[in-house]
Amino acid sequence: MAPTREVAVVSYASWSSPAELQRNEVEMLMPVVAEAVADSGLPREEIGFTVSGSCDYLIGAPFSFVSALDAVGAWPPIRESHVEMDAAWALYEAWIQIQKGSVDSALVYGFGKASSGDPSEIFTLQLDPYTVGPLWPDTISVAALQARAWMDRTGGSEQDLVEVGARSLRNWAWANGVDLEPDAVDVLLAQPTIASPLRPGDIAPDTDGCAAIVLAADDLARELAARRDLRPAWITGIDHRIEPQALGLRDLSLSTSTTLAALTAGLADGPVDVAELHTQFSHEEHILREALGLEDGTNVNPSGGPLQANPPMTAGLMRIGEAAARVMDGEAGRAVAHATSGPCLQQNLVCVLEGEDA
Amino acid sequence: MADEVLVQHHTLEYPGGYTRTVGPVIGRYLTGLRDGRLVAVRLADGRVMIPPAEYDPVTGDDAGESDDDFVEVGPAGVVTSWTWISEPREKHPLDHPFAFALVRPDGADTAIVHVVDSGTEHAMHTGMRVVPRWRDERVGSTLDIEAWVPEATGGASAASPASSTEPVTTMSSPVKLEYDIGAGLAATRFLLGLAQRRILGQRTGPGGEVYVPPRGSDPKTGTPTVDEVEVGPRGVVTTFCVVNLPFSPLAPEVPYVCAQILLDGADIALFGLVADMPAADVRQGLRVEAVWADEVGPTLESIKWYRPTGEPDAAYDSYKEYL
Amino acid sequence: MSGERVAVVGVGQTEHRAVRTDVSMVGLIREAAKRALADADMTWTDIDAVVIGKAPDMFEGVVMPELFLADALGAAGKPMLRVHTAGSVGGSTAIVAAGLVQSGVHERVLTVAFEKQSESDAMWALTVPTPFQAPLVAGAGGYFAPIIRAYMQRADAPDDIGMMVAVKDRLNAIRNPYAHLKLPDIDMKTVEESPMLWEPLRYLETCPSSDGACAMVLASERVADAAAKPPAWVQGTAWRSEPTLFARRDQVNPQAGRDCAADVYQQAGITNPRADFDCAEVYVPFSWYEPMWLENLGFAEPGDGWKLTQSGATAFDGDIPWNPSGGVLSSNPIGASGMLRFAEAANQVRGAAGEHQVEGARRALGHAYGGGSQFFAMWVVGADKP
Repeated sequence: MAPTREVAVVSYASWSSPAELQRNEVEMLMPVVAEAVADSGLPREEIGFTVSGSCDYLIGAPFSFVSALDAVGAWPPIRESHVEMDAAWALYEAWIQIQKGSVDSALVYGFGKASSGDPSEIFTLQLDPYTVGPLWPDTISVAALQARAWMDRTGGSEQDLVEVGARSLRNWAWANGVDLEPDAVDVLLAQPTIASPLRPGDIAPDTDGCAAIVLAADDLARELAARRDLRPAWITGIDHRIEPQALGLRDLSLSTSTTLAALTAGLADGPVDVAELHTQFSHEEHILREALGLEDGTNVNPSGGPLQANPPMTAGLMRIGEAAARVMDGEAGRAVAHATSGPCLQQNLVCVLEGEDA
Repeated sequence: MADEVLVQHHTLEYPGGYTRTVGPVIGRYLTGLRDGRLVAVRLADGRVMIPPAEYDPVTGDDAGESDDDFVEVGPAGVVTSWTWISEPREKHPLDHPFAFALVRPDGADTAIVHVVDSGTEHAMHTGMRVVPRWRDERVGSTLDIEAWVPEATGGASAASPASSTEPVTTMSSPVKLEYDIGAGLAATRFLLGLAQRRILGQRTGPGGEVYVPPRGSDPKTGTPTVDEVEVGPRGVVTTFCVVNLPFSPLAPEVPYVCAQILLDGADIALFGLVADMPAADVRQGLRVEAVWADEVGPTLESIKWYRPTGEPDAAYDSYKEYL
Repeated sequence: MSGERVAVVGVGQTEHRAVRTDVSMVGLIREAAKRALADADMTWTDIDAVVIGKAPDMFEGVVMPELFLADALGAAGKPMLRVHTAGSVGGSTAIVAAGLVQSGVHERVLTVAFEKQSESDAMWALTVPTPFQAPLVAGAGGYFAPIIRAYMQRADAPDDIGMMVAVKDRLNAIRNPYAHLKLPDIDMKTVEESPMLWEPLRYLETCPSSDGACAMVLASERVADAAAKPPAWVQGTAWRSEPTLFARRDQVNPQAGRDCAADVYQQAGITNPRADFDCAEVYVPFSWYEPMWLENLGFAEPGDGWKLTQSGATAFDGDIPWNPSGGVLSSNPIGASGMLRFAEAANQVRGAAGEHQVEGARRALGHAYGGGSQFFAMWVVGADKP
């Protein structure tokens, strides 16, 4: 047995801002869902399945995904589910439902506002509540333990970290047509550490945002993409793996779960033009490049990546959307998207996207 | 639309903290800390894991089933990774600069997350040897170790006698998070309306349905609501229940009536209290009107409750679709 | 039904209690998972992937607790998913897990749902006061009691139907060794004399708050054919959602529930639920939801659900027993309650329900709903392959 259907990303929309102080989640999400649905060319009521990813704790209230459904238009009643995970995993669930054959298309969305609370404290509550939680090691401190472990194993330097942040900034500026000061690396390196060896430029900013993707299968995907003179971004492989959480148990300098997922997703079967990696800290790019076996020729995070815009529960889905967009517009023939969840890259998803019809 | 969006502070905290039952294995670890000892578990393959778990993290098989599986490790250990925190946060365990670190106690194959109080970042390095500085008053908590300190400084001393001999079975876990929640555009319009003793809904489109409170979208279609419409303050009780326990701080007395009220001009009922009449006399179809608080503002409390208008009851057919 | 065949080959659940003082969260979920593995004659290493479900994380004050629980469920190096769809989550989680097999991606999937709600307090966690949100002025019962009143009026139902359900489900629970509430002396009088919390709803007509977990092993046809114990074949799965609040929403008989039932019946070839099913495990957290769901699920015509209850048709010895396990009214670890319905239905058609086995059961319905009755998840399981 193996999944047999060809599934592609046919549209992607996203929105993010350092802080959305006017609109609430539903108001923020509504136009993005509408854009992805409109771009897909599928009438909303013909989309077979809807699934989202979000986190109640971001606004400190239970069932925050419930009202988000008001941005979708769930009438007549829809086939719908929700994961308390980054929406990249919602996309995985959508892919499963399409593989199962019960539906031919799916709407996937994620949303999260960092500005309502303090994500670096909120996500501290992911840690073992019995033996680690009482110390309140915030997410930046925990990531810094991993950064140091990577430096200790590889001999990497703080400059190696900062260069990731600087390139992310350059890519973001290029993608958004913004002029940048040339000495960005020096500027970043001159900043004091927040949790050594991590500086502000090594750490993804708090961001509010949302994203939506429409998936379609087989001939439906071909037909929808042809209408817009784009090619579908075919998902040729997708998998995700988790590791034990205990930070003192794992070799933090490696990401074995990423390697496992990449193996199942068939990443090594061909060259990779573009990689969109869910790097919330600069050292993670080094660890992930190694785990994925990326060659130097791969363009990593041409969008700028999460170090420039990192809406919680959404930035992983955005990686798939950004990678798919590069494939759909012909810029990349083969791309990989990566999403992560949990402390120190505990859980990782790898999605390979290709432009050529299989 | 509104430029001014209402923001309200929100503290998420379960009063008194969560009470966690810790089970036999974590319980043994916490009991060890209370007694000034580091307790690890030996797994089937011989590895010694700390903190101990009820299972082997690789295979999932049970661990720590017999007393013989538990071993004491440390107390000295080695730092396997660390990060210097020059500006501690309020929730951090130390109020002066310190390091979060992974510390592998001697005799263990894994490390625990903890803090190292080394004075300066310069004193920190991977591979350094550290010893625990025990608190005098220990309760069975990770925090029973106040901090680890460099072995070279000799800052550690033996733990004082334990306060109890009973095994630790529970722990308290205070969780307090602070938020500033924005109401969003539609809800802000509604709340600002209340401050003027007006109940403002939003219509989905020309000739469309009127939502109150408005949430900015037509939930059936996911499209924005467009027109603002004043509704109420009169309406009809579509259904209700009589509450015999003091659940609501807003209720004038117990028993009180919690009702679904369809305001005139609205297409959706909202929850409200019905008062100024005996609870036993409240009925479906009863005509009511909003009673404003003495002091109104942009809050839901501006409407105290609803009271009967004295009008004849509405016919069932007129509201039966709003149940 | 779409995709590859899938079957339940292992079921496990915990003893459900108000407070499980003897276990951690780890111990709670492993108790259920290990029982499911043992029932399936499998070990942790046999499992390809893990799907975990629970209701809001505020119950335990741990964000996405499946992360720290991953290796406790033997998931190290494997795929793991976490589902959260409010009260229907236990059902949705099972459907996600089944999908992993139906899609051809995996052959053996462990699915677990739990709630350790004694770490805080269910009433608090479900109604955390939030800025700008109208407070649930009277707790969960205050939300549902007006809907029950609307049903009673619409169906012209006698006042005592809810009490009959409360008695029936608690007496069923006596035969279920895992059930939380054990009230062997319950009768109409004790229910009637229990405090009227949210008129028309009495204390004994509402569900308890429990610590508990439920687990199942779902397997491919190849694996299920080789299983030592009889599998429960999944003959259909369906889920539906509608908006929480919208104009002219029928909260008594929600369209999403009707659509979901129609979908799952169509997949399983059910044309007359009362005749075609041998029993049903349906999410009834408040007594009156039995007659309401009897109508919503097509076991009775609109307005006639209470007549089935009144006639004894849904009793353990009736022609269509509902909740022979005692149901949500007897055990309610919220995140697991839906999966318990799905798992109890599976055990019935496996002939593995013990003292609450409905004799000769070959086809059963598992049902869960959540939120303000806007999320539904259902499956049909049978002794026969679809």
